[in-house]
Amino acid sequence: MASSRPLLMASPRIPSSHDFQSISTLNDLLKPASTDFNNPFESSVNSESIVHSSSRRTGTSYQRRASASNSVREMNFGDLGSRSVSYGSNRVESEGFGTSQKEINDEDARLIYINDPAKTNAKYEFSNNSIRTSKYSVISFLPRNLFEQFHRVAYIYFLLIAILNQLPQLAVFGRGASILPLAFVLFVSAIKDAYEDLRRHRSDRVENNRLASVLVNGRFQMKKWKHIQVGEIIKVPSDQSLPCDIVLLSTSDQTGVAYVQTINIDGESNLKTRYAKQETLLKNPEKEKISGFIKCEKPNRNIYGFLANMEIDGKKMPLGPTNVILRGCELKNTEWAIGVVVYAGRETKAMLNSSGAPSKRSRLETQMNREIILLSLFLVVLCTIVSTLFGIWLARHKDELNTLPYYRKKTFAGGKEEDYNYYGLAPEIFFTFLMSVIVFQIMIPISLYISMELVRVGQSYFMVRDDDMYDEASHSRFQCRALNINEDLGQIKYVFSDKTGTLTENKMEFKCASIYGADYSSGAACEKVGYTVQVDGQVLRPKMKVKVDPGLERLAKSGKGTHEGKCIHDFFVALAACNTIVPILTDSNDPTVRLIDYQGESPDEQALVYAAAAYGFMLLERTSGHIDIDVLGERLRFDVLGLHEFDSDRKRMSVVLRCPDNIVKVFVKGADTTMFSLINKSLNLDVIHATEAHIQKYSSHGLRTLVIGMRELNGPEFEQWQSSYEASSTALMGRAAKLHQVASSVEKNLTILGASGIEDKLQQGVPEAIESLRIAGIKVWVLTGDKQETAISIGYSSKLLTGEMTQIIINSSRKESCRRRLQEALDMLRNCTRSSRPVALITDGTSLVYILDSELEEELFLLASECAVVMCCRVAPLQKAGIVALIKNRTDDMTLAIGDGANDVSMIQVADVGVGISGQEGRQAVMASDFAVGQFRFLVPLLFVHGHWNYQRMGYLILYNFYRNSVFVLLMFWYTLFTDYTLTTAITEWSSMLYSVIYTSFPTIAVGILDKDLSRRTLLRYPQLYRPGQREDCYNPKLFWITMVDTLWQSLVVYFIPLAAYWKTTIDGSSLGDLWTLVVVCLVNLHLAMDVVRWNWIMHVVIWGSIFATIICLIIIDAIPFLPGYWAVFHIAGTASFWLCLLAVPIAGIIPRFVVKILSQFLCPDDIQIAREAEKFGHLIGRGGSEIEMNRSSNPLRRQMS
Amino acid sequence: MNQKGGTSSAGNGGSKSSSSAANRNSKKPKYSRFTQQELPACKPILTPGWVISAFIAVGVVFIPVGLASLSASERVVEIAYRYDRTCVPPDYRKNLVAYIQSTETNKTCLLNLTVPKQMKHPVYIYYHLDNFYQNHRRYVKSRSDKQLRSREYERDTSSCAPEATLGNAPIVPCGLVAWSLFNDTYQFSVNDKSLKVSKKDIAWKSDQKRKFGSDVYPKNFQIGGLIGGAKLNSSIPLSEQVDLIVWMRTAALPTFRKLFGKIEVDLEANQTISVVIQNNYNTYSFGGKKKLVLSTTSWTGGKNDFLGIAYLTVGGLCLFLAISFILVYVFKPRPLGDPSYLSWNRNSAVQMN
Repeated sequence: MASSRPLLMASPRIPSSHDFQSISTLNDLLKPASTDFNNPFESSVNSESIVHSSSRRTGTSYQRRASASNSVREMNFGDLGSRSVSYGSNRVESEGFGTSQKEINDEDARLIYINDPAKTNAKYEFSNNSIRTSKYSVISFLPRNLFEQFHRVAYIYFLLIAILNQLPQLAVFGRGASILPLAFVLFVSAIKDAYEDLRRHRSDRVENNRLASVLVNGRFQMKKWKHIQVGEIIKVPSDQSLPCDIVLLSTSDQTGVAYVQTINIDGESNLKTRYAKQETLLKNPEKEKISGFIKCEKPNRNIYGFLANMEIDGKKMPLGPTNVILRGCELKNTEWAIGVVVYAGRETKAMLNSSGAPSKRSRLETQMNREIILLSLFLVVLCTIVSTLFGIWLARHKDELNTLPYYRKKTFAGGKEEDYNYYGLAPEIFFTFLMSVIVFQIMIPISLYISMELVRVGQSYFMVRDDDMYDEASHSRFQCRALNINEDLGQIKYVFSDKTGTLTENKMEFKCASIYGADYSSGAACEKVGYTVQVDGQVLRPKMKVKVDPGLERLAKSGKGTHEGKCIHDFFVALAACNTIVPILTDSNDPTVRLIDYQGESPDEQALVYAAAAYGFMLLERTSGHIDIDVLGERLRFDVLGLHEFDSDRKRMSVVLRCPDNIVKVFVKGADTTMFSLINKSLNLDVIHATEAHIQKYSSHGLRTLVIGMRELNGPEFEQWQSSYEASSTALMGRAAKLHQVASSVEKNLTILGASGIEDKLQQGVPEAIESLRIAGIKVWVLTGDKQETAISIGYSSKLLTGEMTQIIINSSRKESCRRRLQEALDMLRNCTRSSRPVALITDGTSLVYILDSELEEELFLLASECAVVMCCRVAPLQKAGIVALIKNRTDDMTLAIGDGANDVSMIQVADVGVGISGQEGRQAVMASDFAVGQFRFLVPLLFVHGHWNYQRMGYLILYNFYRNSVFVLLMFWYTLFTDYTLTTAITEWSSMLYSVIYTSFPTIAVGILDKDLSRRTLLRYPQLYRPGQREDCYNPKLFWITMVDTLWQSLVVYFIPLAAYWKTTIDGSSLGDLWTLVVVCLVNLHLAMDVVRWNWIMHVVIWGSIFATIICLIIIDAIPFLPGYWAVFHIAGTASFWLCLLAVPIAGIIPRFVVKILSQFLCPDDIQIAREAEKFGHLIGRGGSEIEMNRSSNPLRRQMS
Repeated sequence: MNQKGGTSSAGNGGSKSSSSAANRNSKKPKYSRFTQQELPACKPILTPGWVISAFIAVGVVFIPVGLASLSASERVVEIAYRYDRTCVPPDYRKNLVAYIQSTETNKTCLLNLTVPKQMKHPVYIYYHLDNFYQNHRRYVKSRSDKQLRSREYERDTSSCAPEATLGNAPIVPCGLVAWSLFNDTYQFSVNDKSLKVSKKDIAWKSDQKRKFGSDVYPKNFQIGGLIGGAKLNSSIPLSEQVDLIVWMRTAALPTFRKLFGKIEVDLEANQTISVVIQNNYNTYSFGGKKKLVLSTTSWTGGKNDFLGIAYLTVGGLCLFLAISFILVYVFKPRPLGDPSYLSWNRNSAVQMN
């Protein structure tokens, strides 16, 4: 796990988002190619083939199969960095194959001489294998950290002000005081950064000093990781992680297979296979010297691509991604592997992928910036007023300036008469302007930024710690990956959900099969059967038990005497063989029994193989050359002649096997849409029809279906295929396209064997959660790769669709018909808006191809925004993103995308808030997400409880920060008008700096983290209470202006009451300043106290504590004898007026707001107010929505309490 | 699943249990009222009862305080007399600045003030300046607190320009503030019997003790080309120069009073006090006003009705608000926390109708 560090580093955003993008773009890049290379037949179905497979799960996993087969997929990743992707996928461009058509240019390649690091590194200095994830060194820390911190505009503003203040003409504050707040903020962040970096340094050191066995002078010796060089040969034992990217030379396996776990790179826990080339397989580098070189592409971050040639003993061979093992992978189930280092250190793909991604910004913060601009305008206005008045005063008194005792323009110090600190009218006005900016600087609240950060950290602490979002099943907590958008959770209007793995559990279970026109679907009624076989005196048993259909089981066991039995036999052989599952034997508790664990990348395939095993067709061994299947107790060996991996436009995979009886067969498994067009319709038409009917039935039950077909290859056919297969799989360039053609040439005229139905169970609590979301006014859209029927049936079972809904279905394969359908639907909607029947829109990926990115997009948007439910079936990952973008670009509504798989990554990244489900399908979605939850139903507490709280707290925090800083600035502004516009501050400079740092900041942070307007229970009971967030009720321009008016009033009260009380007295500036400080602190804290909803002990401590802290600070400041205000606070506290002011000001200041508050609460209460009253007085009778039992094991304490 | 191990460290910290099951479960956040944000809390709601009683309470407190403050202010007897014009001989009225700057003119001025009501001792004597910006930034900054405090920092005059040094010698006390020290003097007599003006305790004790050094003596003060105000006896340490100390506490506002001294005897009503004023201080060049003020004090300080009026206003307003709210609650009652007022319930009610 140590090597997980580079990729799984605790950074707020995912470090390696780009490679996820590469996954999601994969489909799209391939699609255009298909139209170029397909035969006419393929082109004619192209419109269909663009949509994703019926079983998307199989789809995505196959698509990653690039790494698990012998073939290589080349693609151009040059444009991966850019996000300008075309969402509709029929923009045909063939650039996807750009690079594959040409040789690797010499200048684009690096030459690696195997086992000759000196020569390899002679010409180019390849980076060595030491890595540095730490950002700073001791020397560079200060400048670099400061540089990074000053990326924030606000900090630059404060820095400029601090610099201005250093100019002697402008020195309003003492040097120390002026830098204090900025220094404080910088210091806190720097400490945080330094601590994080220290940890990185430590782990770097550990990582760099790990040992690996490296071939030196013909013998393997241990060497520190950091000393490994490109070109060296290393040997990796089992269960060790790779120190760098290597090209496999040989492994302990005879066939050169190595199994690796890539969990640190892409998060997938399944084993993947990597292959050594035949030519190097048998060489033992300790005995004979391997000489040759590898020519490979420059280091890049694409973890799914590798393009190289290897020349050994004069023989040239291509290398693909299946021949390399990347740094960070772990070798599993292989005793050892030997490889040559191609990329080391920071040039490894893992390290290249660990750069951060730009972080999102919350809606509230964007809006806040709008008001910050307004505040800066206010600031400019205030400064202009001051400087103008000062200019007028100067102009009017210009004759007196010399004699004014408090001005004294001239000095005689040097013996001669000269102007002292007077630079003429215009410069004086200008300086005054700058000085007033310095004095009024906190109009732009510096502390707000750091408060917001602290508050978000606090909020995420509580979100992560929330019992209600802890998933018992997977033991996963809520994760807060993005720290910037907590409050966005309270404003969501659209939820885009993936289906499989998100709404459903993605635990696949084989349910039923249709074999040669006969339906076997009574398995559900039976007990689970654990089929076992006896091999070499040991009992082998599949790890998972499957329910079997007794009839089918009987037929299967009866052998292939009958035609029916033969079909069943072929069907199960296809299930067992046509996949990329690797059986792994593990020990069980019983020493005589070993368990077979089928490891693979797709849960569908696993389910199918387990099912085949249960019916007696147990996959025992898979190598690159053959498959061993135990067929009803007899171990049969099938030679694998070729494997056409899955891709998303063929939507099928096939395997060419030589059966034990020497017949060559091709087995094809794929989505019904593409499969039926490949089936030889002249044979068994009724079987085809029956199968179609069965598939219809299965998918209407919400099952995922796959069609299985087969064809025997006769001699000439086989030879033709084999020669072209070999030619294309060894082709240096354009390999994928050629293989594609070869695949199409055999995958035709198939005999139908049958179809399988796999169940994907709904997750716990999904229907209830969806209903709550709907009540809350959130539109739930389901975007799935599944078939329309499957999607609709899941829609019903998850209560997304109800019987009373009108369904509008758009699935056409032509643009014109799409347009017509859309138009009809829109007309229909317009006509029946009176009736309140909700409308559901169901569309599919094919139609979306024509709609997105065209003028129909607008119509789709109009239609979709009227619909209560939208389901998009068979959509490709990028189309998912396109749909999210459709809403995001056309409305101001906040969007949330939730998904669990790699295919959801693009949509998660496009949406305002991306939520990943840490489920079955690896961790890409989680890595790309802003928040990660264990289950779909946790969206409900996440949005309704935490989102609501976060939004309401943050909205209040921002307004309050504006208010408290403006009050203070205005207070100083009023005083300026009484000091001849010369910006003397009665309040000491220290107090004015500490005001926003100490005097008033802690209560706001505490309120931002802890205050709750409503209890969790109420919020869950009434999902409607989520709507205020959607309507932006807690922060909007109106509230801002109200706050500002209130601020103006309060500042007048704060300033003028003490002023009038001490008018014509002996009061000195410092004393009055102390009084003002104390009064304003009391007032703003009282103001906060008035708005706090829940008073727990922390609130009491911080609010009263900060008033107390202010008093302490005032006393300390006034106890310093060389400050002018020495002892002032004690003197003024001795006068009765002081205490009278202290009582009168806060009360007079707060009355208007108080009156407005109670009037609005009483006369036009909002929902939150009523719910709060109901909470207190226990009138929770009328139930607004269904209450969701969120956590079964929840503490009884909680139930009693709230 | 071991990739999750890394993230669970936070939860593992406290658990000492070694069994694997417990280890796995330790990822579950430990329940505490704090982490679940369920700390016991008071949830005050502004019910009509609370609101009305709060207003009444404020009214009940504020009105008596206001009355007390007003009556205290009423009892204060204050005599204020502006003398800057009247003390200038009529020939110089046209050219006030020339009069005050000239060393030859007679600056002595006689005044008679009548005591309107009995003034109990101590009677405070203030000089009142108007339009004198003692809070002007240029002025306020022109001082050296270190120099005032200790002899060691005698040369610490960098902040004192334009009155920092005389040639190379430092001016003590330096700066504009000290330079412009007020130098009008008053002598009082009642019935030809002079009244003693006590300077005791007119300056802050804290200033005398800590801020103005007892080893710091005036030096080179007020001997430059431009005389700003009073001269200081260079044999008396700064800590004893109470007038300077009072003056150096710069006023907060452009209109201010400063304590000149105290009269420690009662003044009877209708007594005539004759004052001999040495009218030295130049307020004419900037149109400032000078007043002589004699005043008694009360617990609220001097004569100032403002706080009393403010308290009465706020108190009255609160009582008025209390009554208005009672009316609102009577005429437009709303049961608190009635779910039928919830917006969605209202909407559905409207639809049903």
